[in-house]
Amino acid sequence: MKFVQIQEALGDARLQNAIYSATARMAEGRRIRVAEMPDEFQELRQRAHDIKQHTLDHIDEYLEELERNVVARGGHVIWANTGKEASDFIVDLARQRGVNLIVKSKSMTSEEIHLNDALESNGIETVETDLGEYIIQLAHEKPYHIIAPALHKTIGQVTEILQAPADSTAEQLTALARAKLREKFLQAGIGITGANFLIADSGAVVVVENEGNARLSSSAPRIHIALAGFEKVIPRAQDLEVFLRVLARSATGQKLSVYTSFLAGPRREGEPDGPDEFYLVLLDNGRSRVLADRNKRHSLACIRCGACLNHCPVYRKIGGYSYPWVYSGPIGKILTPHFIDAPWLPFASSLCGACAEVCPVKIDIPKILLELREEAPKSRAEKLAMRMFAWVMTHPRIYEKFSWVRRMKKLPAAGPLKAWLEQRDLPDLPQRSFREQWRDRR
Amino acid sequence: MAEVLERAGCEIDFRPDQTCCGQPAFNSGYPEEARRVADHFARVFDGAEYVVVPSGSCTSMLLHHGGAGSRAGEVAAMPPSRLSVYGAEAGNAAGSPARPPAPRIFEFSTFLTDVLKIDDVGASLDRVVTYHDSCHALRELKIKDAPRRLLSKVRGLRLAEMDAAEECCGFGGTFSVKFPDVSGAMARTKIESIERTGADTVVSIDSSCLMQLQGVLSRAGSKIRTMHLAEVLASR
Ligand code: SF4
Repeated sequence: MKFVQIQEALGDARLQNAIYSATARMAEGRRIRVAEMPDEFQELRQRAHDIKQHTLDHIDEYLEELERNVVARGGHVIWANTGKEASDFIVDLARQRGVNLIVKSKSMTSEEIHLNDALESNGIETVETDLGEYIIQLAHEKPYHIIAPALHKTIGQVTEILQAPADSTAEQLTALARAKLREKFLQAGIGITGANFLIADSGAVVVVENEGNARLSSSAPRIHIALAGFEKVIPRAQDLEVFLRVLARSATGQKLSVYTSFLAGPRREGEPDGPDEFYLVLLDNGRSRVLADRNKRHSLACIRCGACLNHCPVYRKIGGYSYPWVYSGPIGKILTPHFIDAPWLPFASSLCGACAEVCPVKIDIPKILLELREEAPKSRAEKLAMRMFAWVMTHPRIYEKFSWVRRMKKLPAAGPLKAWLEQRDLPDLPQRSFREQWRDRR
Repeated sequence: MAEVLERAGCEIDFRPDQTCCGQPAFNSGYPEEARRVADHFARVFDGAEYVVVPSGSCTSMLLHHGGAGSRAGEVAAMPPSRLSVYGAEAGNAAGSPARPPAPRIFEFSTFLTDVLKIDDVGASLDRVVTYHDSCHALRELKIKDAPRRLLSKVRGLRLAEMDAAEECCGFGGTFSVKFPDVSGAMARTKIESIERTGADTVVSIDSSCLMQLQGVLSRAGSKIRTMHLAEVLASR
């Protein structure tokens, strides 16, 4: 359990404020956009949900179609069962092509498989080019939020990390990073991006971003590698309209992200730009386990907009580092237990449902949490307690006998009661139960 | 709640065998135990015209989760026969589909506004009140206006909306004891929002939220008190 990180986050007033206000800003952006088109937005969510559901139910067909179309455009598709297979492929390719500098645009999938570590340990310099991700890389940390990796950093901390002059403005810091990164773009032999969508019927990788670094990463270097979980496939180019509209609105409250790049294969005859070689690495890394589980399959519909994090009262308290895997927040809670051992994680929720209310692809996160709770290993004491509970609650005479609890002057502060009293007082219980009062009235 | 309903002309049948809906077990990952309790609920309330529940969370459990697999949703939709009140003591639950006619299950505030079509129950209370949307009432039952409408008709009462009305209080059943510090921190954030309204009372339709909020308010030495909507509506 990541209790240390939880304690640290809760105890750090500055951090609390940073998380709370940054997530509030994104949530407010979303709210404004949704309010502009309340009914239409709900229709879009439903369509996004339906398309994803259909795709996941027929994913084998769409992935084969995708592969055919990528190959037809002169690209290569690599099926990686594990993170290691994916990073081995990338390391080998870099070696074969004599590449010792790689630029990357932000990709949670590469975080998932620790790609940077694999590349660096093979002597290949790897530079993150998304500003937030660049800051995180320099600080040797992990993304704090799916779409805002450096959400927890103050401008002062960023100034230090970038070794910029004190009192630099945000603009100056950005300009500084940009100048450094430009050089890297021009020198790099390989550019790695993630993918927001993989379009089966056209073999294109779609990357959505605001800084333009993904577009540069995929076009300036000679080789472009897109690394994506296989669940990113959607059937047709025309389905994109639905997803692009809900994604930008849900994530940052934009109508559309600044850059939407369609990257399809290497440069062809007569095209002015694009890479010489194009590889699409399709990652499984445990996803087929989720896919096989009908009730939880829809977890794979996630388009990583981050809205569930921004609206999650738990994430907003404990922050990104309290979660045991790269994906934090509500979506992390339902994905992580499939990938690493974290049986406690689905219980770290008040089941308030704020995540499901905003999720653009309508993943029923609380319902999936309940299923994970059901499957989680339980202690014998807890099992016994629950059996007792059911027994008492189905035996009204016994249940009534428990009214003595109300008359006890001081309850023993043990177990759950002790945990309760850590944070709060107990209410004054009425001397007489409703049922006693009711009896007297008659 | 019983007083308010009686004043509104309802005949109340309090069934003393009632206990709980089973939600504590259901939300902890024990659907089988929850179903047993839910079946008990269904037996106890069999034949009632309406079951009125002073909790959004319990109502939602009954209507949407129905004790994990039992068909409370169907039960709730069946034709009414007699009135019953699911009392103020515990949670709630589902129905055994084999035994019609079964009751319709309603959360208290929506029973008043939607079934009885009343929004002024003749209550008066001299307080500044802020209303806390409990998560299950809001998101699973879509209850937002009914309690506010009822409150707005209470004489002497001023309703002050908070900025984070829809944010969770942090209770979450066993969550509150499995992760007490996170739960407490969530409640304190909620309370800051309550305090910003200048209200002296926070009202909800869920006792569990109120227990959480009151516990943290009391720990902080705050003068703000908590009241269930039914208590407000019974005041004169
Ligand atoms: S689960 Fe839904 S809300 Fe959360 S990141 Fe994924 S798409 Fe967005």
